[in-house]
Formats: sequence, C-alpha cells, structure tokens
Amino acid sequence: MTKITTENYVAEARKAIKNEVLQRALADLQNRFGRGTAECYRRLPEGPDLRLRAHEIRMKDIENLDVVLETLAANIRKNGGQVFFAKDGQAAVNYCREVAHKHKVRRVVKGKSMVSEEIGLNDALIDSGIDVSETDLGEYIIQLAAETPSHIIAPAIHKTRYDVGSLFADKLDIPYEDDPPRLTRIARKALREKFLAADMGTSGCNIACAETGHITTVSNEGNIRMSITLPKVHIAIMGMERVTARLEDHDMLLRLLCRGAAAQNMATYVSYIGGPRTAHQADGPQEFHLVVLDNGRSRMLADEEFREMLCCIRCAACLNVCPVYAKIGGHSYGFAYSGPVGAVVTPLLVGINRAKDLCLGETLCGACQDICPVNINLPRMLLALRTKLAEGDTAWGVTAVNRKEKFLFQAWSWIIRNRGLYDVAVKLAAMGQKLLIPKGGMIRRLPPPVHAWTKERDIRPLAAESFISRWKKGIK
Amino acid sequence: MTSHKTVTLFIQCLVDTIYPEVAEAMVRVFRQLGISLTCPTDQTCCGQPAFNSGYRRQARFAAKHFIEVFEDSEIIVCPSGSCVNMVRHHYAELFENNSQWLRRAQDLANRTYEFSEYLVDVLGVDELGARFESRVTYHDSCHLLRGIGVREQPRKLLHKVSGADFIEMHDSDYCCGFGGSFAVKYSDISNAMVTDKVKNIMDTGADVVVSCDMGCLMNIQGKLSRIGSDIKVMHLAQILAC
Repeated sequence: MTKITTENYVAEARKAIKNEVLQRALADLQNRFGRGTAECYRRLPEGPDLRLRAHEIRMKDIENLDVVLETLAANIRKNGGQVFFAKDGQAAVNYCREVAHKHKVRRVVKGKSMVSEEIGLNDALIDSGIDVSETDLGEYIIQLAAETPSHIIAPAIHKTRYDVGSLFADKLDIPYEDDPPRLTRIARKALREKFLAADMGTSGCNIACAETGHITTVSNEGNIRMSITLPKVHIAIMGMERVTARLEDHDMLLRLLCRGAAAQNMATYVSYIGGPRTAHQADGPQEFHLVVLDNGRSRMLADEEFREMLCCIRCAACLNVCPVYAKIGGHSYGFAYSGPVGAVVTPLLVGINRAKDLCLGETLCGACQDICPVNINLPRMLLALRTKLAEGDTAWGVTAVNRKEKFLFQAWSWIIRNRGLYDVAVKLAAMGQKLLIPKGGMIRRLPPPVHAWTKERDIRPLAAESFISRWKKGIK
Repeated sequence: MTSHKTVTLFIQCLVDTIYPEVAEAMVRVFRQLGISLTCPTDQTCCGQPAFNSGYRRQARFAAKHFIEVFEDSEIIVCPSGSCVNMVRHHYAELFENNSQWLRRAQDLANRTYEFSEYLVDVLGVDELGARFESRVTYHDSCHLLRGIGVREQPRKLLHKVSGADFIEMHDSDYCCGFGGSFAVKYSDISNAMVTDKVKNIMDTGADVVVSCDMGCLMNIQGKLSRIGSDIKVMHLAQILAC
C-alpha cells in the first residue's frame, strides 16, 4: 500500500487552513465545478432524477458483482486480453512486476489512476529499476515535486503556476517560465519523449462493461489513450466494483461520470479497450492485462451497511461541494481517497480506528449526496462509522474511542428521559456559567471539555428561564 | 385552506434553554393566525446530539421519550430543521429492529413539521403583516435544505415582510461549520467554515442574518460577536413576529 497518514488529519487540516493559495484554489474549484455539475444535472435530457436510476443500476451491479466480474473476465479473455484477480495490493503489484519483467520493461508511462496510488504501484516499479512517468499533467507535476495528489481529478490543485514554473526550472533544467500555455508546451515536449520511449503503459479504469468485455478510460488531455496504445504492453488496474453489467447502463454512467468529474457532458478523449491489438489493427499494444483489485472491497461488499459505497464511480464531484474539503484540502485525508468519498472508503480500507478523524471530522451537511451522480448516501455511512467508533465493533475490529464522551452521553440519556432531572441539570449549568462572567452578554471562555469552541468564537449563555418554564407560567 | 388544527409545540433544546425568545416569537405568529397551541412540558430533546456522535442506544432513549410525549398530538411544529430531520429520517433507523416503535415513530414523523414548511406548505400562508425595516440575508441550514427539502418557503415569507430589504448571500447553502459536537471536536475546521460564512454575510451589507435553525445561528452569532460585528442573528419566527 501507499503511505498512510490518516492520523495527521487535524494537523494537516490546520496547515491547509493557513495556506491562502490552497484556500483560493479550492474555492475556485468548488465555484466552477461544484456549481457546474449541479447545472449539468439540471440540464440532463432525462432530468436530474437520472441519478436515482443510476443508483439502482449500480446497486444491482454490486449485488451481482460475482456474476458481473466473471462475465467481464470471460469476455475480455475472448477478446484476447488477460485478466488477473488480485486479492490485495501486494498481489496486484507483484503481477505488474512479473509482466514488466517478462517483457524486459525499462520505462512505464501512466494514465492517472487512484487505485495505482492505493497500492503504491509507482514505488514498487521504481524499486524494480523501472522508470515510471505520470502523464496526466497534474500527476506529472506532483511526481516531479515528489508529492501525493490532493484531489482525485485535479491532483495538483494546490500548486500555482509559479510553483510549477520553479519546479520545471529545477527538475527539467530549463529557464524559469510561469505562463500556463508555455508551461503546458514544456510538459508536452518532456512527456512526448516519455511516451515514445515507453515499453509499458498503465491505466486505471473509469467504468468497465461486462456485456462487451471492455474497460473505458476518459481524459481531457489524451494522455491515457497515448499511454495505453503506444507501448507494447498495457496493464489496466481497476477496483473490483468499477464494472457495470450492460452497455446501455455503462453509457449512462459514463455521461454521469463526466458531469460529476468536470461538469462536462462528455470528456474529450474516451477510449473503450477490450483487448490487445488484433491482426488487422495498426495501433495498440500487443498485450492487454486487466488487474481486478479486491484489497478490502469484498469486505465492504459483505456488509449491508457499506455495500452502497461500492457504487462509487470515483468522479470526485463530492470533493467539489464539500465545505470541509474546501478548507482542509486532499492531503489531510492521508490516503489516495480524499473528500467525502475518502471519509467513508479510507476508514473501510485502512482501518476505522486508524482513520477515525476522517469519519468524525465533518458536519454531515449532505452536499456530497446531493451532487453524487449515483446518489450515494454518504452521510448514512458516516453515521454508521461513527456508531462503530462509539460502541466498538467486532466484525470490523473497531475499539470504542472516547470513554469520556460515552460516559457523558450515558448521563445525558438519563437526564433526557426526565424533564425534572433535565431542569435540574440546566439550572446547575446556568448557575455555573455565572463564573464565566459573560462580557457584554456573550461568554468568551468555556471550560473543558468544550473550551475549543471559544478559541475563536463567543457563545450565548443559557437563558435565565427556559421556554418551557415560561410556558408553564403562561405566556402572553 | 385547511381548518386550523391545534399545533403542538416541539421546542428544540437549544431554543428552550438558550433562545427562548425564538419560541415566544413562534407562539405570537401562531396566535396571530388564530391557531390554538399546546406545549407538552415534559419534552426534552429529539436525541440528535447522541445520534450524530454515534451513540444510538442513548439516542434511542431520547427518541422513545419524544414519541411518548408527542404521539397523541395532531400536528407537531418545531422551529428547527435539524430536529425535524432527525424525527422524519433518523427515527426509522433507530427503530429498524423494533417494529412496534418503528410504526409509532413513522406515524409521528408524518405529523411533524418545520415552522416555515408548516406556514407555507400546510397553512398556505406567506403574508403575516410583519414589518421589519432592515437589510436581511438568509442562511440555508443543511438539514432543512437537504434533509427536509425546504428552500423557497423561508424566502417567500421573508419577501413578504414589509420594509425588509432581502439580499441573497454567496454560498447561502454552504454549511456554517456547526455540525453539533464537530464545532468543539474539530474546532479549527469549524472556525474556518464559519469564518467563510461570516464573510459572505458581511459582503451582503445585511444588518441581520436569518435562518431556521438556532444551532447554525448560535455558531454564526458566536463568530460575529468575537470579531466585534454589529450584525444580528435572528430566527425567521422572530422576524415574522415583528
């Protein structure tokens, strides 16, 4: 697996909040893409409720995933492709290394793939002495910077053109330049050489189709298509859930994916890949391999509460509307998957206790579900994760996290059943707050354990008399 | 127009203990409409704070108490979108394994309304003869907007307030960062979010920010106060009672 730093959620969030460049970039991103995607749904010929139908279709795929995957594999093999079912990241990485070794691969070009991030493919190939080059412009930039992506679709969103200019000047040994079109041409030239020299190309898979036995990749730069048609070997890696049964459903999901990802009706380059080049084709790799990755997904599949998460088509629309992501950026989530999708998927893949801040650290505002092209109920699953953290869970190996808080809510549950007790508790609190000496009517410092509120905010004190008490006395 | 059923007041714990004037305003609005009111005095809390933190067992105690207190009421109205959302959408989750309580919860959910929703959608009222001379802006609270689906109703009501200069804020539908205990447990992130919200409010030039949820307004008010702003927070009921 790639390096996991979910424990740094709070610390990284703090850094991100202070980073004004990042804050502006994320605000722009959300303004454009978040709002843009919502508009796209409104303009769908079928109407915005297409998302609901898409949800049903995805759930059906997931509930029949064994059959769907078997069909996909059979049809890809019929097309001359090879399919490998990888139990975990290590198995997937080993397979890629073996294929590379068999073909004496020295240089790999990569289309952007979050699943390849998840399994740490780049480092594994580099360790085998293979040169790996990302070809998505954003991924290329962060690869040069030795960083990790901070957004699923726009990995270098946290970088300015000045950052990129300095980076290129340093790593590509060229004079400093910060004009975006010129920077793009510089990257294109550098990447061209990589494409032409590569002996293997890797990609992810946006959506696979079992009926036809093909995978689909989309990009706006053309880099994925070039990465997987020029070299003699193509390995595609897909999360095992990224497949739909029928072609007409695949096409509908693709249309929704593009709207969710970039507020586009369709991406610029769309490739359907079913196998290697056939005898009468001029272009294409000699070998096509599809690695179908489990790595914890079958555990999600087995759990009725979290199965829905496998409907996700990784468009990142949720990142483009999440008010928490807008403040903390992608790196705070400490894993390949950030934003609302990351808040659910990451704990389930790397450990719920380990990634607890990811599922506790948002407000359940629901914007994510609203913008999801397949209407996934992310808030429901966040609440389910929180329940596991509160109570502990043997199936998922979760230990309850906050004894103090549990004790408080236990006490609360007694008070809440009895108005008499409730009134006493409120009265005690009202007496206690006098010690807090409200200035100008507002409390400026709360005691532990709630003192964090008043670090940057005041709070109104408890009223002298509750409404219920006033009602009992008779309100005019 | 429906004949006026008796409205039973469901008063959010924050309103009951910190902002009782909001409930009093709601009472004035209903009395002005000639609606008779009851208010069970042993009500406490819908259970949302425990539920959102993952303490379902504890939340269930609150929910059961709520159901027992309110289930004989014809119509229940609450000045809080998040509480109504809890009753309407999460009580079913709390009782999914107990068909008896589930039935009682669902029955109750069908009769529980948020204040602006009840006025506009059920009573068909949007004009209350209210007068409030100020520039006002409106914050869409998350659970009211996305949970209950109420967006236009408060706006309709505000537009009919004479003298009120209503202006939409940028990102009115963005979360204010309250999120219950989130505001304490992840206070840096919460503060960053409320800072954005307050900036958007100030950019409208409004004197007052209105919402239908005192959780949000308590958070926004706390930030406005700390930065020394004169902008006031008011619940929709308080404007309509003017």
